[in-house]
Amino acid sequence: MKMNEFFSDLWRRFSKAVIVEDRWLLYLEGLGNTLLIALMAAVLGITIGVVLAMINYINKKTGKLRVATKISNFYITLVRGTPVVLQLMILYFVVFSFWDNGIMIGAITFGLNSGAYVAEIARSGFESVDDGQMEAGRAMGLSTWQTMRTIIIPQAVRNCLPPLFNEFIMLVKETAIVGYVGIYDLGKIPGLIQSRTFDYLFPLLIAAVLYLIVVLGLTKILHVLENRMAKSDRNRGGVANGK
Amino acid sequence: MENKVIIRVCDLKKQFGSNVVLDGVNTDFIEGQHVAIIGPSGSGKSTFLRCLNRLEESTAGEIWFDGENIADPKVDIDHHRQKMGMVFQQFNLFNNKTVLQNITLAPVIIRKKALAKKKRQNSRTRFLNCFRKEKQPLIEITETVESIQAEAERTARALLERVGLPEKADVYPSTLSGGQKQRIAIARALAMNPKVMLFDEPTSALDPEMVGEVLDLIRDLAKEGMTMIIVTHEMGFAREVADRVLFMADGNIVEEGTPAELFDSPKEERTKQFLKCVL
Repeated sequence: MKMNEFFSDLWRRFSKAVIVEDRWLLYLEGLGNTLLIALMAAVLGITIGVVLAMINYINKKTGKLRVATKISNFYITLVRGTPVVLQLMILYFVVFSFWDNGIMIGAITFGLNSGAYVAEIARSGFESVDDGQMEAGRAMGLSTWQTMRTIIIPQAVRNCLPPLFNEFIMLVKETAIVGYVGIYDLGKIPGLIQSRTFDYLFPLLIAAVLYLIVVLGLTKILHVLENRMAKSDRNRGGVANGK
Repeated sequence: MENKVIIRVCDLKKQFGSNVVLDGVNTDFIEGQHVAIIGPSGSGKSTFLRCLNRLEESTAGEIWFDGENIADPKVDIDHHRQKMGMVFQQFNLFNNKTVLQNITLAPVIIRKKALAKKKRQNSRTRFLNCFRKEKQPLIEITETVESIQAEAERTARALLERVGLPEKADVYPSTLSGGQKQRIAIARALAMNPKVMLFDEPTSALDPEMVGEVLDLIRDLAKEGMTMIIVTHEMGFAREVADRVLFMADGNIVEEGTPAELFDSPKEERTKQFLKCVL
């Protein structure tokens, strides 16, 4: 095969995958759905995760909230012990069988699922903060919550940012499972286009590149946040406001 | 003012499981007095100090401070802790705050909360006054959130001046030496204007050449008449600064007296043994 024949064939396949019938819109729609599910799931996951981790932490430090801790441990065990595909199908076909908003159900599933993982990440974040910090706060006459808010949580967040972003990256890619219940997210689009063009090459490549761009964006955000929070690090001079 | 008891400890007991750490400690701390607590490790001296502001919950017994038995779990301990400054062995400066913020944090939060409470009460009175024939007076509020912040910062800078570190106001604790950290920690405890200062082995985690600067500061505080309870291994320092020395062993006070009495002519065999090892 001659070189220009090879390229013109490639171009024909590319244009079938992207330009014909405005198929590029499909990728964008899929990307939009993926991001929407991931974003809602992340918000829900962080909320659940932080609450569970705080229950655990307060229980560990003060012995209070014993029942809440049992419940949260049960929840974490249950969610981490079962595949997310099954969780999605249970919510979609059983719990919310009356509801046809797949995107919302997907977001709820991944939010509940991610919550359990975020809880463990946040717990390790809380535990990485030295016990003396809480003692010092309490000894000054601050309440547990005042100390948590001003001292413990800011340090815990900083310590668990990298694993937290790891979780978000997993989340963005994992949401591809919603294809199982018929939602057109980015992971489902290549199959859809292939069923019309009988060519997988470019649809798969394009979807992969789009996922990659999202993940690179997340990594960039992490670096910015880490830099901003690293101001109390010794090796950065430890000086506030650049003074 | 003479011999006013500031903390009275009655039969204080502390158990970790079946391990008895404090076995019925009785003592009084007098206002203005500087008490050093010495003793072998595991004697319960740190636990005793931490029980005084309830960082450790005591198992039984009473601690009277400011007219209340603060060992009672129902007492609002946060309120009393504001009047008991504590200095830790490991400094425990807030790592995510600058030096100045470390000092202003607690006073600002606590005063802002008190201010918010007053404002709430006033709006309640104002509302109820609409229905009353005899109007009730409002609480006078002279401070604002800004004035609280500004005043706390002024106090903090004065304290930094006093501990000799005014130039460190805007740095983070991670850049300070151990001795500097401990001096900041003392300034932080002083910012609440406490009635009594508790020192939990303030120099044990320091490099030898930094012990001096911290002890000098504590010595200055002592001269100003601050009531202090110091758990320490620095026998020379205890002897010099303390008015009274408690020797603790096996969860109780074995012997107490003036430094001269205790160090020069100990009566108990246990005390003699200990002093022979450390002096």
